[in-house]
Amino acid sequence: MAIDKFVTLESTYVPLPIENVDTDQIIPARFLKATTKEGFGDNLFADWRYNKDGSPKPDFVLNNPKYSGEVLVAGKNFGSGSSREHAAWAVHGYGFKVVVSSFFADIFKNNSLNNGILPVVVSESFLAELFAADENNKVIVNLKDQTITNTALGKSESFEINGYKKNCLLNGYDDIDYLINSKEEIEAYEQNRG
Amino acid sequence: MAGKTLFDKIWDMHEVKTIEDGPSVLYIDRHLVHEVTSPQAFAGLKARGIKVFRPQNTFATPDHNIPTINQHLPIADEISRFQVDTLTKNCEDNAVTLFGLGHPKNGVVHVIGPENGITQPGMTIVCGDSHTSTHGAFGSIAFGIGTSEVEMVLSTQCIMQPRPKTMKINIDGKLTDGVTAKDLVLYVISKLTTGGGTGYFVEFAGSAIHSLSMEGRMTVCNMSIEMGARGGLIAPDEKTIEYVKGREYAPKGEEWDKAVAKWRKLVSDEDAQFDKVYNFDAADIEPMITYGTNPGMGVGITQNIPTLDEVEKSSQKTYLKSLEYMGYAPGEVMLGKKVDWIFVGSCTNGRIEDLRAFAHAVKGKKKAEGLTAWIVPGSHQVEDQAIAEGLKDILEEAGFELRQPGCSACLAMNDDKVPAGKYSVATSNRNFEGRQGPGSRTLLASPLTAAACAVTGVITDPRTL
Repeated sequence: MAIDKFVTLESTYVPLPIENVDTDQIIPARFLKATTKEGFGDNLFADWRYNKDGSPKPDFVLNNPKYSGEVLVAGKNFGSGSSREHAAWAVHGYGFKVVVSSFFADIFKNNSLNNGILPVVVSESFLAELFAADENNKVIVNLKDQTITNTALGKSESFEINGYKKNCLLNGYDDIDYLINSKEEIEAYEQNRG
Repeated sequence: MAGKTLFDKIWDMHEVKTIEDGPSVLYIDRHLVHEVTSPQAFAGLKARGIKVFRPQNTFATPDHNIPTINQHLPIADEISRFQVDTLTKNCEDNAVTLFGLGHPKNGVVHVIGPENGITQPGMTIVCGDSHTSTHGAFGSIAFGIGTSEVEMVLSTQCIMQPRPKTMKINIDGKLTDGVTAKDLVLYVISKLTTGGGTGYFVEFAGSAIHSLSMEGRMTVCNMSIEMGARGGLIAPDEKTIEYVKGREYAPKGEEWDKAVAKWRKLVSDEDAQFDKVYNFDAADIEPMITYGTNPGMGVGITQNIPTLDEVEKSSQKTYLKSLEYMGYAPGEVMLGKKVDWIFVGSCTNGRIEDLRAFAHAVKGKKKAEGLTAWIVPGSHQVEDQAIAEGLKDILEEAGFELRQPGCSACLAMNDDKVPAGKYSVATSNRNFEGRQGPGSRTLLASPLTAAACAVTGVITDPRTL
């Protein structure tokens, strides 16, 4: 079952200059009762985004009409805490294809890659410059060259991704297909272990 | 050539293959499954037209959604009930062992694994829950995974993972009176921060670690995820072997002797190189309490909340947001602050030793007026033992009630929610915004500290009780 292919993206971005955003904030636990992957985008950042009566909180960035785009730019240590993949489904369901931060929690990073979301790690200074720019600023993310560009400053940085995961994203492959195709090797391992 | 770390030894034994410039294909010995992170994975299997590859390595239990009272009745919340029923159906269709609601082995997945001998040294163990790191207390590689990865394990008994770096955290010396495993791990997280372990798998070592009971070791490994680590592990010793012996799924007879011989070799070589090493002295640790909205925001209970100058400039905005949520100001004293709620339970501190510590500390005293307390055992076996040991009676005499097992107010997926604005001293693992219910304010602490707060109604040093 394929994931979305990712090659390049040029987009405005939504800035969230908060550190240690945990997956409980990305999608609170009460929304984890579903048995499908659909509909999580509506509840992305639910407690920061909506008042108790369901009306949008005007001071939260997702409710600010000035900001839009397929890229979320977040503070250091994004996605810490719970392993809930629902967080990645919420980010994806909302329409983000890239999350930029200076540091990601491990499980969230894996979950993102498994859902066709590209986590891009940038330096602290590059991140600060993205936060400082105005709402019309764009980033260009090129997965093939592994670069991200801040268009306002014309500044680029390269980012890391392991070769296997890069290929998966470029081609829309998924790990499960790979493993299922490796079954003979897995059975051989089972036979040979002590 | 330098020796190998314990982590590397276990990892190497489980590597089916490595992909060039990519992850390893790692074989999984035990896959633990619960109702929240598995339905979409089972649905994926169904869509592919396949069944669980190794059902004998797979154990399931509902824990996140289940109520902690009236467990003999159907779950009142329709959506929760449907999720639990979906797990039952998926297990039936795939011949997976299920400890369903009401089953004598039902309980929090990370409590029932060890207590039934499903968790053993040298294994690879995964579950769609970050606190799978708990099982590392037995000297196994145990870590939390996402639902796509749950689907990988269900379909092939393998996972694709990049090999993490290794970290050693040595804690030598003796813990002082009133200081527990929970304080030890909250102290380490406060020093390393919530991102300090990211990218690493941690081995906890040193005399203070090996002097802990198995329950205490589980508490420490449980919270290794809270410093961002992939997981934590502790080399098995005689205490570990003694704990596993005789449990239902533990090896028996000749198999047991063979297993023990292998387990005794599960240590890091003396010349093993770790990518990072930290050393701490157990004597420096006092009872800990958190004041903010992540587990790294903790202090010794007699200390003040850090002032703004003590926080790195780039983090000050986030720091102030966190304190505003908690209703605290920088530099304030923690002792004496109001407490509305107490939660004892969860995969961090819902084991028998935790209930004993709490019960014995409140014995002969009374619950503070106006305070709500939820004392929730981690499993039916813990519940039964608490009753058999008379802990339930002690609790009731002091004005507390022993509830039925489950994850409960740790993440508030069931009815156990702390109301907005209320202060809860919890023995669980996370104090994130809204973790125990929208708007709730959580302070993490040990069962002993929770007991001291429960009888005074304010933040109280357990050493003064």
